[in-house]
Amino acid sequence: MAEQELNFSVSGKYAQYLNLWQKLGMILALSGTGIILITWGGVSLTNNAAWLTVVILSIFIGTVMFTYGTYAGKTAGIKNDGVYFRSHTARGAIGWAVGIVLTAFYVFLYWFPSYLGYQTGVNGTNEGLIALFDPLSYFFKGKPASQWFVYGSIYTLVIVSLGIKFIVKYRHNRYHIIRTISVMIAQLGLAYLVPEILAGMNYNDVSQGGEYLGWYDADLKNVWPLDYDFFYGWHLDAMQQKAYQPIGMIYLVWGILLFLIVTPIITYFVGKRWYCSWVCGCGGLAETAGDPYRHLSSKKLSAWKLERWLIHAVLVLVFLMTAVTLYGYFFNTGTFFGLEIYTYFQKPYGFVIGAIFSGIVGVGFYPLLGNRVWCRFGCPMAAYMGIIQRFKSRFRITTNGGQCISCGNCSTYCEQGIDVRAYAQKGQNIVRASCVGCGVCSAVCPRGVLKLENGPEEKRLGNEGPIVLGNDGFKIEK
Amino acid sequence: MSKVVIIGNGISGVTAARHIRKNSDKEILIISAETEHFYSRTALMYVFMGHMRYEDIKPYEDWFWEKNRIDLMFDYVSHVDTDNKMLEMKSGENVTYDALIIATGSKSNKFGWPGEDLNGVQGLYSYQDLQLLENNSRDTKRAVIVGGGLIGVEMAEMLATRKIDVTVLVREDVFWGNVLPKEEGEMISKHIRDDHHIDLRLNAELEEIIDNGNGRVKAVKTKDGEVIDCQLVGLTAGVSPNVEFLKTSKLEIDRGVVVNEFFETNIPDVYAIGDCAQFKETVNGRKNIEQVWYTGRIMGETVAQTICGNKMSYNPGPWFNSAKFFDIEYQTYGWVFNELKENQADYYWEHEKEKICLHLIWNKNTDEFIGINTFGIRLRHDLFDKWLKEKASIETVMTELRNANFDPEFYSHYEKDIVQGFNDSTGKEIRLKPQKWWRKLISA
Ligand SMILES: Cc1cc2nc3c(=O)[nH]c(=O)nc-3n(C[C@H](O)[C@H](O)[C@H](O)COP(=O)(O)OP(=O)(O)OC[C@H]3O[C@@H](n4cnc5c(N)ncnc54)[C@H](O)[C@@H]3O)c2cc1C
Ligand code: SF4
Ligand code: SF4
Repeated sequence: MAEQELNFSVSGKYAQYLNLWQKLGMILALSGTGIILITWGGVSLTNNAAWLTVVILSIFIGTVMFTYGTYAGKTAGIKNDGVYFRSHTARGAIGWAVGIVLTAFYVFLYWFPSYLGYQTGVNGTNEGLIALFDPLSYFFKGKPASQWFVYGSIYTLVIVSLGIKFIVKYRHNRYHIIRTISVMIAQLGLAYLVPEILAGMNYNDVSQGGEYLGWYDADLKNVWPLDYDFFYGWHLDAMQQKAYQPIGMIYLVWGILLFLIVTPIITYFVGKRWYCSWVCGCGGLAETAGDPYRHLSSKKLSAWKLERWLIHAVLVLVFLMTAVTLYGYFFNTGTFFGLEIYTYFQKPYGFVIGAIFSGIVGVGFYPLLGNRVWCRFGCPMAAYMGIIQRFKSRFRITTNGGQCISCGNCSTYCEQGIDVRAYAQKGQNIVRASCVGCGVCSAVCPRGVLKLENGPEEKRLGNEGPIVLGNDGFKIEK
Repeated sequence: MSKVVIIGNGISGVTAARHIRKNSDKEILIISAETEHFYSRTALMYVFMGHMRYEDIKPYEDWFWEKNRIDLMFDYVSHVDTDNKMLEMKSGENVTYDALIIATGSKSNKFGWPGEDLNGVQGLYSYQDLQLLENNSRDTKRAVIVGGGLIGVEMAEMLATRKIDVTVLVREDVFWGNVLPKEEGEMISKHIRDDHHIDLRLNAELEEIIDNGNGRVKAVKTKDGEVIDCQLVGLTAGVSPNVEFLKTSKLEIDRGVVVNEFFETNIPDVYAIGDCAQFKETVNGRKNIEQVWYTGRIMGETVAQTICGNKMSYNPGPWFNSAKFFDIEYQTYGWVFNELKENQADYYWEHEKEKICLHLIWNKNTDEFIGINTFGIRLRHDLFDKWLKEKASIETVMTELRNANFDPEFYSHYEKDIVQGFNDSTGKEIRLKPQKWWRKLISA
């Protein structure tokens, strides 16, 4: 069979020649990452403030230098040369290694923070990696860092650094520039700086020791059901506590409005992309750090079937879990029909969905399954908006008449695993619950076939007949 | 139950099969000697450049065929015996048919150049060509591409991604000059040469390809006598119908398989579609051999109707096409030729700094809109299809230009500038209409 014989230059001539800027950038960024790994390995540094500055600057500047080396000499345009020849982006050894390190990081983060140095020192002080971030935490709120603070800081650093890379890569496409700036601001400002500063103002109460009592995920855009513990008792209580007013109540009311009113309305007008590709932190990481892996999502029909089962199952679960939680809250009970709410509802959801699915599989498996595994198969917020987008929205991806040449770039680079080509080659528009409106299919299409747009719902599905525009021979009623 | 056999699993043959299946229960068999499954020829370049794998350029998953009861055979048809309605296969097997569709596509042109059969000299058409290119390009420092067309520019881009120096010999005085007007051709030539460092030689023709003594290319010589050392020669001076194997049959063959507007050949129950078909009389002002993707598709859609008892003639709508020259996308609607025809007027607009342009053609007596080329601007096919069918005036097109734009959201718009320039150069007074939902311009 001729099909199997082709052996393209995975190891041949295409071997990656890195130029000087790329090499320097990589060395710099990797040494910053190296310090993180060393401290993770248990080494405690003496001057954490200085080392942390080195880490942040080297990762940031290293990425920018690498970006410069990669794109500066090249014309603006689609830059997918060699994606399938690189070990890193083609599920080769480097891809696997990155996946394993990421996965391990999440395992430690969720279940073994002590291995990262969390409160392992004398009198519960931090060591190692967590201690490395102590100075920054003290700066914001006068407290030692927690593993979540470390995670949030690295997460933000990664989105900002690789966001710049993404912008440069797609500098010919203003849609990508604007939405990436939006995602970077949302992460840096709304998800990181605002909550940390608020925490600094509100909970500077060191006397309580350890973790402060408030809601550490006070991120205005982190909406239930993605933020599944929004309705947990401690969280509801915290928002109502006198000391935290008026901000607490504002967050509570906003959180409910955001889910019930704001989300459906905006999704009706522009599709779920306003959240998934413009605002969301998970989406932000996927679009920036995850961009090199977007083609790895499965386009098979079987994957789509699995997706529909899984994501809607998670949506049902989060509703159930939250309903039971609220029942417990309002009736002031810890059990539901004899079942302990924490043990039987909250804990399993947090463990399976919150930790394993969104963290370990969702991010850890980027280099293996693509960058939107969580967004596609698991996120209940995406499921909720997806239903609106599919059935009641003005958003669609318009297919440009008969211009499609079935090349497959769109499907390949769709991080959500949508077989865009299957629609485009029939002249149909793409109206799919899972589309996060990243706009990459439209960008990579070499024939100008796809356009994300909002318009009246009439004829939203595009061509309905079997004949594609260009054939005047006959019209067949569907 | 009658049996339809299709030779060729390209877009034409596969579209015919799909539509026959939609409309009937006939037995369907597709034969190909190229690949086991249908893949998108237009995407070969992306496999070579590492954007996609071979499996990504197959538009249907492998289970599709069985599910739709379309049988596949991986074999070469060496002779068509129309008297006995039988195909002789290279494997020795014989296959019978009730209806036969020939959809065998094209092959790369060779013009009898000395040395054209040397090792390291090749065209780019098939999957096997791609494999060959993979091998031929391994130790290549410089490649020479002969012919400046769409496949030529793709080949240049492909080789450039492997850090190979590329020389392109083009006969015309701008790139793709037998199709593009001078202005566009110059802009594209500049892009290829200045932005992508391709050694583009205009007004240059191949004289011969020189042997290194071991049956392998070592250089080419141009008509000017210049010798260019190279290890690979790409022949991309057009394609022609792949019909050699039919010359032993009773089918009428000229350049392609000769057919009427129903795709009927001189023999009953035998049809030909796609790149390999040659129309006795041209249809709707098009060429009598059409070698593009969507015409193959339309022919497949149409012949399927005939075979399913609903006799239908080929009737493509207004001409359109698209391509990409390295970073620059090109679209065209209606007819824009490299030179103005009688009674035609034109207006050309180019961006001051960037390589973005637009070229409009209309009838200077009647003001009827005739065609448009754009580079770096995407346009809406639906609107142009409608305007061309309605014979809309150039005024209509210019006034509604905003609605015709298909660029992604937030892109810069140039309509104001374009209309301004148009008014200045023609003395007309077009007032650009504000953008509205484009469908409102298409009556239901
Ligand atoms: C590199 C490249 C890029 C292109 N890009 C574009 C583009 O961007 N846009 C566009 O519109 N067009 C493009 N084209 C042209 C387009 O691909 C063709 O017009 C189209 O594929 C023709 O389809 P077809 O079905 O007629 O024939 P083909 O796709 O050629 O299919 C014919 C098949 O029949 C097989 N066959 C032939 N003889 C026999 C036999 N005797 N026995 C068994 N099998 C046989 C062949 O091996 C082949 O697999 C491109 C072509 C090439 C080569
Ligand atoms: S269909 Fe296009 S816009 Fe939607 S998720 Fe896929 S690539 Fe992004
Ligand atoms: S990328 Fe464009 S041309 Fe290629 S299959 Fe998708 S829509 Fe069609």
